[in-house]
Amino acid sequence: MSQAVILPLLLPLIAAIVLLLTRRRVSLRMRRGINLGATVLELLAVLWLLVLVTAEGILVYQVGDWPAPYGISLVADRLSVWMLLITALLACCALYYAVQGTDSGSRHFHPLFQLQIFGLNGAFLTGDLFNLFVFFEVLLLASYGLLLHGGGRARVRAGLHFVVLNLAGSTLFLFAVGTLYGILGTLNMADLAVRVADTAPADVGIVRAAGLLLFTVFALKAALVPLYLWLPGAYASTSAPVAALFAIMTKVGAYAILRVETLIFGDAAGPLAHLIEPVLLPLALITMAVAVLGVLAAQGLRRQAAYLVVLSIGTLLTAFALGTRAGIAAGLYYLPHSTFAAAALFLLAGIVARGRGAMGERLEPGPAVPAAPLVGGVFFLLAVLIAGLPPLSGFLGKWMLLQAALAQPAMAWIFAVVLTAGLLTIVALARSGSLLFYRGAQGGGDASAVAWASGLAAAVEHDAGGGHGDGRRCDIEAPAVAAGPDWKRLIPVMVLAGLCLGLVAAAAPVTAFSAATAEALLTPERYIEAVLGGAAGEP
Amino acid sequence: MEALLAGIIASLTGFGVYLLLRAYTFPVVLGLTLLSYAVNLFLFATGRLTVGQPAVIGAEAAGYADPLPQALVLTAIVIAFAMTAFVIVLALKARAVLGNDHVDGRPVDGGEGGAVSHRGDAPEEGA
Repeated sequence: MSQAVILPLLLPLIAAIVLLLTRRRVSLRMRRGINLGATVLELLAVLWLLVLVTAEGILVYQVGDWPAPYGISLVADRLSVWMLLITALLACCALYYAVQGTDSGSRHFHPLFQLQIFGLNGAFLTGDLFNLFVFFEVLLLASYGLLLHGGGRARVRAGLHFVVLNLAGSTLFLFAVGTLYGILGTLNMADLAVRVADTAPADVGIVRAAGLLLFTVFALKAALVPLYLWLPGAYASTSAPVAALFAIMTKVGAYAILRVETLIFGDAAGPLAHLIEPVLLPLALITMAVAVLGVLAAQGLRRQAAYLVVLSIGTLLTAFALGTRAGIAAGLYYLPHSTFAAAALFLLAGIVARGRGAMGERLEPGPAVPAAPLVGGVFFLLAVLIAGLPPLSGFLGKWMLLQAALAQPAMAWIFAVVLTAGLLTIVALARSGSLLFYRGAQGGGDASAVAWASGLAAAVEHDAGGGHGDGRRCDIEAPAVAAGPDWKRLIPVMVLAGLCLGLVAAAAPVTAFSAATAEALLTPERYIEAVLGGAAGEP
Repeated sequence: MEALLAGIIASLTGFGVYLLLRAYTFPVVLGLTLLSYAVNLFLFATGRLTVGQPAVIGAEAAGYADPLPQALVLTAIVIAFAMTAFVIVLALKARAVLGNDHVDGRPVDGGEGGAVSHRGDAPEEGA
């Protein structure tokens, strides 16, 4: 049954190739169908993998049947499958929103979307450090295309920063990988975990430098302070479904940090044990503090959502930095919640921007959004989720995090930052909600078509003149629905919010799963044995 | 030989970082290219420097040249090449859309000379 491991890689790759080859011959409607079908199939494949992994333990697929330390291993353990499941669910919702019109700008949206999933799934499944680099490049190259999809000044400017920063990050990644290979002579993560304990005393410093270099790269992907500056611009300027899909991208960095910290630099690593943890906790707390200031200062809903993504990364890495079973389990519960909630907020910001025409998603009183009570109600629900108010999943995640922090020496700091950040988030979201949905609700539904036309004119003006570009071009390719709620775009938002509610309803099985995952991460011997088989410990 | 190679990698990295921190896109792209050269040489050296050794371990061979870094370098070269091509196209597009080649989309005060020298033959198409 280990072939199931490669399915989440093959499906998006084949779908991407098919969509690329058919980009001129088949109608857009058909290609939307192919893409949606492939994404749902991927979700089913991941669900199957989840069932297999919970029943049989860690599944390993040796690509080309090369034995473990020499070939490339794909490893599906609980953590990988958990991340795959989140990605697949998120992709379904983001794609459903995108096929309502965002995808019509370019023929390459659909292949890039599938390649992005291919890269994400590969990064979560691979058991090889160099292969992780390759999948990072795949997902980044797809993300460059998706980020720029639709064009516009703001997108090009943010895209340039994003691409250059990530290319510099890739170079650092290669330096780190090369150093590790030069000293330890392997790139297989399980094999690295075995050999890192026997590092010669003279080489400990070099391996430590390589480990911290790796951490820097992952921190750049995760948008940890001080490497988060690329994120707000990139996420705020891109189209809504792409920003929603990108909500998982920062989590790739968090996943890589967690994986490397527990597997390679875990308890068994001798002098190099817990290499990252002392740096991680202060950085995560500073990230939260800085991000919440960004949330307060944001003048647009998308930028606010982008800073909320940074905030959630800070919370998540605080949980991982505790390094205890309870801390990691709390983080793994918080991870899907924060991903879904942030993605839903990005999609909702897209709906608000469409409905308000020229005002866009700027946090100023303006024309009413069509079906304001419904959209506002969904916003309220998301705000409660994100701010972490009881009784929803954000509260449960933070509760578990704080409970895990009780035994820590840094307890006072963690409590102060997490709780203050929560309070300030409530303030900021309450202000956004009242500005967007309460004040200035003078116009009726008929105003929205006029508002759309003026929005189009404004956008064209922006692109022609030297004014501030806002990259809204592909979000206004069709008039907003004149009256009544935009159900087709609201459905994915509601599904994402529903998934968060599902996390509350199914809190017992989910926390049991995340606790078992944390337990498995802290005892990496089983992972190493599954990958290397009998070859473990062989020189 | 080690000292020579280390010196080359160090100078490539140094020049690459310097160019990466420039304000206009053309030097930044050059800097990224130099950095990728540096990292390719570095990966090459991680298999240790050997001369005249076979890549396959034989019974009578005294040693072997590690073939894995060569495979890694090959992959890294392909990826770096594709990324460089992409970033050049993106820089040209940014030049066309934003009207200048500053990385933030606006020339700094007194930086007009730098902007002009790289304007060259960027296509004057719309977005």
